[in-house]
Amino acid sequence: MTTPDTSGAAGGGTRTPQVSYRQARSLAEAVFEVGGLSVFYGDHEAVRDVNMSIGDRQITAMIGPSGCGKSTVLRCFNRMNDLVPTARVHGKIHYHNEDLYGREVDPIEVRRRIGMVFQKPNPFPKSIYDNIAYGPRVGGFKGNVDDLVEETLTHAALWEEVKDKLKTSALALSGGQQQRLCIARTIAVKPEVILMDEPCSSLDPIATAKIEDLMEKLAEEFTIIVVTHNMQQAARVSHRTAFFTADVDDKGERHGRLVEYDETARIFSNPSDRRTEDYISGRFG
Amino acid sequence: MGAPVVTQDAPALPPPRLKGRGTPLRERFFRLGLWASLAVGVVFLAGLLLYVVVEAWPRLDSRIWSNFPDIIDPTNAGAQSAIMGTLWVIAFTAVYCLPTGILAAIYLEEYADPDRWWNKVIEINIQNLAAVPSIVYGILGLGVISRGLGFGQTVLTASLTLSLLVLPIVIIASREAIRAVPQSIRQASLALGATQWQTIWRQVLPAAVPGMATGSILALSRAIGEAAPLLLLGGLTFITFNPTGIQSEFTVLPIQIFNWISQSRAEFVALASAAIVILLVILLAMNSLAIWLRNRYARRW
Repeated sequence: MTTPDTSGAAGGGTRTPQVSYRQARSLAEAVFEVGGLSVFYGDHEAVRDVNMSIGDRQITAMIGPSGCGKSTVLRCFNRMNDLVPTARVHGKIHYHNEDLYGREVDPIEVRRRIGMVFQKPNPFPKSIYDNIAYGPRVGGFKGNVDDLVEETLTHAALWEEVKDKLKTSALALSGGQQQRLCIARTIAVKPEVILMDEPCSSLDPIATAKIEDLMEKLAEEFTIIVVTHNMQQAARVSHRTAFFTADVDDKGERHGRLVEYDETARIFSNPSDRRTEDYISGRFG
Repeated sequence: MGAPVVTQDAPALPPPRLKGRGTPLRERFFRLGLWASLAVGVVFLAGLLLYVVVEAWPRLDSRIWSNFPDIIDPTNAGAQSAIMGTLWVIAFTAVYCLPTGILAAIYLEEYADPDRWWNKVIEINIQNLAAVPSIVYGILGLGVISRGLGFGQTVLTASLTLSLLVLPIVIIASREAIRAVPQSIRQASLALGATQWQTIWRQVLPAAVPGMATGSILALSRAIGEAAPLLLLGGLTFITFNPTGIQSEFTVLPIQIFNWISQSRAEFVALASAAIVILLVILLAMNSLAIWLRNRYARRW
């Protein structure tokens, strides 16, 4: 129970010896630069002072206990927090050196470049075909929609499963297929970044494995940021991992903060912060 | 610890008692009470229908919809002008109140910030308007629409008045339908780079249409049965011709029924019953359509 500090790294290594962590690329060409980011809901500061860079065509995982603000941070990247009337965002989020919250930035344009997949599969109550075609259509796509649908579904490794029922309702698919359809729908608008908010939390292990395979494949072309409660998932798929936790102040309010952000291999085998180590070794959270 | 078999000396336990004690008396009475309450409603409705049909039986033939009212000869009288009047009035009521009501509902659900005081005021007022007695709308129609705007005793005045009457109901029903569309659908659409208008037009409204249609039909069937506001508007005049446009004078079924009931001759009572049957058939047809729509397009999310 009372493991000394120094043995933590070794302990972490022996617990998951079979995992081969993925090599992170340098952050020289960062897609996002986040500096001093704080998010308020009304007067409540949900997240304070987050600093991180998100690497190009890599998977960045955000882990941490419930209420630590990781989803809040994720929703800053495509300005989904704009939909919460009381939300305010302070600090810097630069996307290719462009301020995402700049005065002239149109959130619609932002979201076309930075797509999002949600926790619960949420296909539109329409056909599979229309689910894929929706994004490009509202974006003014002029080309051949049939080709685009096929190409997108192939890309998302879903074509073989659904090619004979494109016109049937997406709600008839299984949960895992629905979630992969949601991912396909997101890449149909050809974004650069895909944000995933606990994409596997409602899925069984087999469906989860398929999503992870897909994420790995998509990471060759897309920058992916994934929030997950599943530490093994973060360890398996991500290149870099950010660990968030929440401080509770005198009034009992929780303020999320970024504790540690590093290459996944380092976070899981040799974290530099005690709280990270406690969390990944299952001592809290 | 070491004793291997102790159980062989233990006395055999009695078998567990699994037989129930039957439904307690209180629960039986409660269920009886439920059935009795239900029976009150069903028996009265059935009795009412039976009574009306029996009364109407001698006059329930094609004369009721092929002939026009006749104050002298009841055997020659029919309600065609009232049936046509009802259809005209209700059609134009729909034309006026559905777009207005649905657009108002969209504003309140999708655009209005519920924290702003004026939106709260609007919301409370709509709730209150739905509870205002229909005769008050009749006074409004008479004073403002018929006389103030000078539209007179026409189909136009009647449908505008009825529109005002059912507008709150349409708004409330449409808001319910819009609210039933899960937030996750809106978020999915916005996250794909759709504008708010695209999201509403292409996702929210199609998903809400069945609910809005059901609510609107029920609202319109309330308008069909209304006599009070139209009485005030002067719809009690003796009309022996079908409306030909929104500027026509008109009569409607409830008023025609009222008219005939107040006659002293028994033949007119049968005639009124026959008109009631026609009115009920129209209402039941509309409500069935509403139920069919609801079942046909019921969504699971």
